[in-house]
Amino acid sequence: MIRLVGILVGLGFTFVVLLAFVTGAYTAATEEVAETAEHAFHEEAHGPEAGYSFDGVFGTWNYAQLQRGYQVYKEVCSACHSLKFVAFRDLAQLGYSEAQVKAEAATWQVPGINPDTGENEMRQALPTDYFPSPYPNAVAAAAANNNAIPPDLSLMTKARHHGSNYVYSLLTGYQQPPERMLEDFPDAAPGTGLYYNPYFANLNLAMAPPLTSDGQVTYADGTDATISQMSQDVAAFLTWTAEPALIKRKQTGLPVLGFLLFATILAWFAKKQVWADVKPKRRKD
Amino acid sequence: MSFPWAKEYTPQNGVMKFFDEKLPLPRFIYNAVGAGYPVPRNLSYFWNFGVLAGFFLVLQIVTGVVLAMHYAANTQVAFATVEHIARDVNWGWLMRYTHANGASFFFVVIYIHIFRGLFYASYKPPREMIWLIGVVIFLLMMATAFMGYVLPWGQMSFWGAQVITGLFEAIPLVGPPLKTWLLGGFAPDNAALNRFFSLHFLLPFVIAGAVILHIWALHIPGSSNPTGVEVKTESDTVPFHPYYTAKDGFGLGVALIVFMTFVFFLPNTLGHPDNYIEANPLSTPAHIVPEWYFYPFYAILRAFTFDFILPAKLWGVLAMFSAILVWFFLPWLDKGPVRSGHYRPLFRKFFWFGLIPVMAVLFYCGGAPAEEPYVMISQIATAYYFLHFLVILPIISSIERPDPLPFSITEAVLGSDKKAVLGENAEPVAT
Repeated sequence: MIRLVGILVGLGFTFVVLLAFVTGAYTAATEEVAETAEHAFHEEAHGPEAGYSFDGVFGTWNYAQLQRGYQVYKEVCSACHSLKFVAFRDLAQLGYSEAQVKAEAATWQVPGINPDTGENEMRQALPTDYFPSPYPNAVAAAAANNNAIPPDLSLMTKARHHGSNYVYSLLTGYQQPPERMLEDFPDAAPGTGLYYNPYFANLNLAMAPPLTSDGQVTYADGTDATISQMSQDVAAFLTWTAEPALIKRKQTGLPVLGFLLFATILAWFAKKQVWADVKPKRRKD
Repeated sequence: MSFPWAKEYTPQNGVMKFFDEKLPLPRFIYNAVGAGYPVPRNLSYFWNFGVLAGFFLVLQIVTGVVLAMHYAANTQVAFATVEHIARDVNWGWLMRYTHANGASFFFVVIYIHIFRGLFYASYKPPREMIWLIGVVIFLLMMATAFMGYVLPWGQMSFWGAQVITGLFEAIPLVGPPLKTWLLGGFAPDNAALNRFFSLHFLLPFVIAGAVILHIWALHIPGSSNPTGVEVKTESDTVPFHPYYTAKDGFGLGVALIVFMTFVFFLPNTLGHPDNYIEANPLSTPAHIVPEWYFYPFYAILRAFTFDFILPAKLWGVLAMFSAILVWFFLPWLDKGPVRSGHYRPLFRKFFWFGLIPVMAVLFYCGGAPAEEPYVMISQIATAYYFLHFLVILPIISSIERPDPLPFSITEAVLGSDKKAVLGENAEPVAT
């Protein structure tokens, strides 16, 4: 009885899903799927040719690069983008001394209150403060940016596929829309206040190219500030902001795996020894 | 319970003797997973995964309790507290990655455990109850994992909760009010996050209770084995300790190596980048997908695209739940006298060339965007999934001619079992 009911239920579901298949197949056969501009012109993110110092199992931070990247964030990105999960004290991890962190924090203004009157006012940041948002609220951010709110950058490299490469590709990827795209997909032409970038999910984004000329930032360490250099530096910096423990994680993982490998080999021999008396011996004859 | 030749627990010293008289916990452990539990001697490494599942349950509870000390279930701060754990809590990033990947590995291990049960038909008498409790555990795990994924309050958390609770809306008449009641509002918000956190904390302990019942039920008939032939004599078994503690120890080592590789080197590979964006009810992600371990059932849900009498969405919901509920009926759908797939030529073919590839396809299609050809492929796979369990299995178990079984487990291992055939005192016969 239960099997009869089961067979009927099974055939029922099969019938309905095959009905859906037939209608789907009919639609697929009779209606052509329109090619989209995103599908035809979107490009996979790629990193700088030399890769990043933090790539791979043995990767490490390049502190000089992180400091340069911080400079790019401070002088360019921070005009529109917040970094709300990072505190100034975290900058000590980039190789700055305590005094340098204090001095660096003091170059930023954060919202505070007047200790005497309680009035709202801006004050110098302390190492315990978090990076301030450039806008007082989301409405102000949208109003200043053609209705597109600049996203917080703290987690950007973890919030996109191949994040470190994505940031680099996006910053270096601004270009004129290809002629072929404008011919085939006139609707995909960037509208007012939008800029073509094949690495952005729907090809046109509201952010104007932020890095427009070589030497836009004057690096303290004398590194030649090409657009590619600034892009990879800030991508490295944002990789750090997204996961400050990245290198510690990898460096902890290696001994953990080494220990587990050793313990597992021991466990294998222990298992062999324990089972020696009950495992059938291979007969010689 | 257990076999007459099971070793008796003898307390070794005064303290243990004291315990044994007042509260025989050591004896209980000894009989459950110690030398007092005789286990078939021929178990393969596929029998490792029950112990591994137990390990991951404990790992999830331990890391989860620590995370709960630093997390706050409030939509205003939930996302930030998760970042606080990853950035400011000592070794918080390790706790969080272990917990997040631990959930994935719990499912990896449980899927292998379930499919081992399916291949060796472990659900057949006398082990139906073990199987039924196991399916309940799986359902509890799915509920726990789903609610846990909502807690970080990222984009996929929010929209996953929106989609999954939205499924209840498909139920006629009571659906919409039921959804509102479950969420404590019209959309996932603070009320939902709070109750999900409460239940996410509670359910693992319910699972632990169900696991105890699962193991209790296991100890009545004893463990199954790859031949499917029941234990006959003492030479068919070895004590759980030290034989299977040693074997499981090695298996656990291998599992931990793979697991820790993910935790330390690929911690976000099994997750979704969108969950690092804070939940935003005004911005829908391009592709809403659940965690990877729900993909097969998500593919089945989305395979029903045609309104046949009932709305397509209701068909999808019914099919998705039925896809798991059908497992409850397996002991009565598969009537064949032989358990192990090794001795069932027809069953084996449908298992390896039907069910396994179809599950792989459903896994793939569940994570793919809802567009052709993935929908059509998952429709064919869904049809086979239901046919396999509800039509093919009952039929082949009636018409199949199984291969000859070994006389006993000992014979299967050693090639002969003279003692069992000729009696305890038989002399070995020269051949």
